[in-house]
Amino acid sequence: MLYEFNLNAVFVFGLIVAVTLWISFYLGRQAKSASGFFAAGGGIHWFVNGVAFAGDYLSAASFLGICGMIAFYGYDGFLYSIGYLAGWIVALFVVAEPLKRLGKYTFADALDAQFDSRGIKLMAAIATLVVSVFYLIPQMVGAGALVTPLFGLPHWVGVSMVGAIVVLIVVSAGMVSTTYVQFLKGSLLVVFSAVLTLMILARGFTVDDDPSSIEPQVVTVEADGDRLVNGVPQGRGTGETDLRPVGSVSKLPGGAKETGPVGPLEFFRVLQDSEVVLWKSETETNPDGSTVTTYSPQPTPGSEVLRPGNHPAFKGIRSDKFLDKLNFLSLMLALFCGTASLPHILIRYYTVKDQASARKSTIVGIGSIGFFYVLTLYLGLGAMTSGAMDVTNSNMAAPLLARSFNEWLFAIISAIAFTTVLGTVSGLIVASSGAVVHDLMSNFLKIEMHDSNKVRVAKIASVVVGVIAIVLGILFEKMNVNYLVGWAFSIAASANLPSLVMLLFWKGTTKQGITAAILVGMVSSLGWILLSADTFAKVYGYSAEDAAAAAVVPFSQPGIVTIPLGFLTLIVVSLLTKSRAPQAA
Amino acid sequence: MAGTDHGANQPVSAEEEAGTAQRMRYGLSLFAVYLLIYGGFVLLNTFAPDRVEATPLFGVNLAILYGFFLIIAAFVLALTYGWLCRKR
Repeated sequence: MLYEFNLNAVFVFGLIVAVTLWISFYLGRQAKSASGFFAAGGGIHWFVNGVAFAGDYLSAASFLGICGMIAFYGYDGFLYSIGYLAGWIVALFVVAEPLKRLGKYTFADALDAQFDSRGIKLMAAIATLVVSVFYLIPQMVGAGALVTPLFGLPHWVGVSMVGAIVVLIVVSAGMVSTTYVQFLKGSLLVVFSAVLTLMILARGFTVDDDPSSIEPQVVTVEADGDRLVNGVPQGRGTGETDLRPVGSVSKLPGGAKETGPVGPLEFFRVLQDSEVVLWKSETETNPDGSTVTTYSPQPTPGSEVLRPGNHPAFKGIRSDKFLDKLNFLSLMLALFCGTASLPHILIRYYTVKDQASARKSTIVGIGSIGFFYVLTLYLGLGAMTSGAMDVTNSNMAAPLLARSFNEWLFAIISAIAFTTVLGTVSGLIVASSGAVVHDLMSNFLKIEMHDSNKVRVAKIASVVVGVIAIVLGILFEKMNVNYLVGWAFSIAASANLPSLVMLLFWKGTTKQGITAAILVGMVSSLGWILLSADTFAKVYGYSAEDAAAAAVVPFSQPGIVTIPLGFLTLIVVSLLTKSRAPQAA
Repeated sequence: MAGTDHGANQPVSAEEEAGTAQRMRYGLSLFAVYLLIYGGFVLLNTFAPDRVEATPLFGVNLAILYGFFLIIAAFVLALTYGWLCRKR
């Protein structure tokens, strides 16, 4: 679908970017020391930190990815919401206070607090960088997906803009500015998602009985890059045509044509007994190099839309094969264990003054994040029935839902989605620069640096990570952003959680055990992902059948194998090295 | 905002250590409760996906009701933990 240059959106976007940059430069003087740059001097109020948790965590994957997945496939996207939120229970009840007690700037500090091991520092830093890069990709992809409709600019321009702004935010005031940008973003996201949900409920459902709304649409991309829609050049000029927006209700209960306003539970009740038009796509490549994608309408009972198992990633739920079911179990385990292992989330525990503040801020975070995730189901289903979706791009479902109400709301939601990317990416860049400067250069390589030098090098590292994020965001343009985050969770949970948990609960843990567990967890989960059918299909470009044949591992989600493998490695290596190493207290 | 550095490994008193141990017990107990609820949801969806299509309350299916319950339960347990730890 083509998008028009939207002046309102540019205005709101510019305003929000200006505010975030003003915050960053205003706070810049508070990040002159390493403590200020990496941990905001430990002086952030717990409530601000709690909302900033939401701003940090509710990434493009949560807002754009989950809403898009629900809008295109129904309930399945909500499984991600549930898993993402459940992970905070591990963070609060198991990790939050010990991490605050043991650490200083980075996740490696906490792991290494009792050992002073260069091996732990090295492996923890590498794990931080790997997880952060995997997490950065979907954020940057989401940024590109947003800028296209906002400015009518190509994907790569959006990615580069976000990269440049985020680097400015981080370089100006490190964790201080990052925290307040995340606080602003978290507040705006939760409030405006609630507003959008109220508008969805007030609008209710209307049957779209225009026959053209259920006609198939065909997109041809010629070998030279020209795009045709239904055989006609895509565009808005004479002799050109564009894709129709999609997303409609084809039948309402009792043959009604519209419902009027509905209540929060009535919303699901009505949808349950309605029929919704979903869209299925099939792509063929011709000998001349052109690709033809046909989008076909699939009238689907609401009861099927509201049950799990429609999305390809969750098909295993309804499969008779045990391995397919394991794939789902594995994903839900990774989401549960992943949150408390994400380096950019963990470093937020160092920005408050004590353990009580760490605890209280996590509770605020759970409240804000949980409320938002409840809303995702309304937003996704609202988009599904809004008549405004781009059949070619699930990541745009939430902003286009807003456009179905009015252009100003579209502008605001798009700008908020943009800050969503800014907030999360800035947190990831701070975590990555901490890993490079504090863990690798200062602690592992033992490079002597004055405090001010440390900050300067951290800023250079931030620029480098920002450039890497831009390049990856451009390369991975076509991926659903939520899907990629699932990978980051699997790697984080496999590499980091076993060490964190065992350090706290098993006195036999040794430094060699921790080092080995991080290495094995990270390599095994990364290797599993790279050799999975999903990666062969979505990254290497294989057809579904060829990908299934080429895959080396039996299912795509690694967590159910690689998380226990991390624990097992730690236990075995710790037992083998027990007599030769100092033990954890 | 403070600009003071804050480090790890501050010396802790026996009373603080006892408080830490008590909070850890609370945390692990509540974690076990949530793990049961979450595990039940995941296993139900995995091995009895047709069951979650039932509409036991308000005409809303079990998949949605259980999902909302999980999110609300997380917040309630978090508040409970905060309340239990308020003086420790």
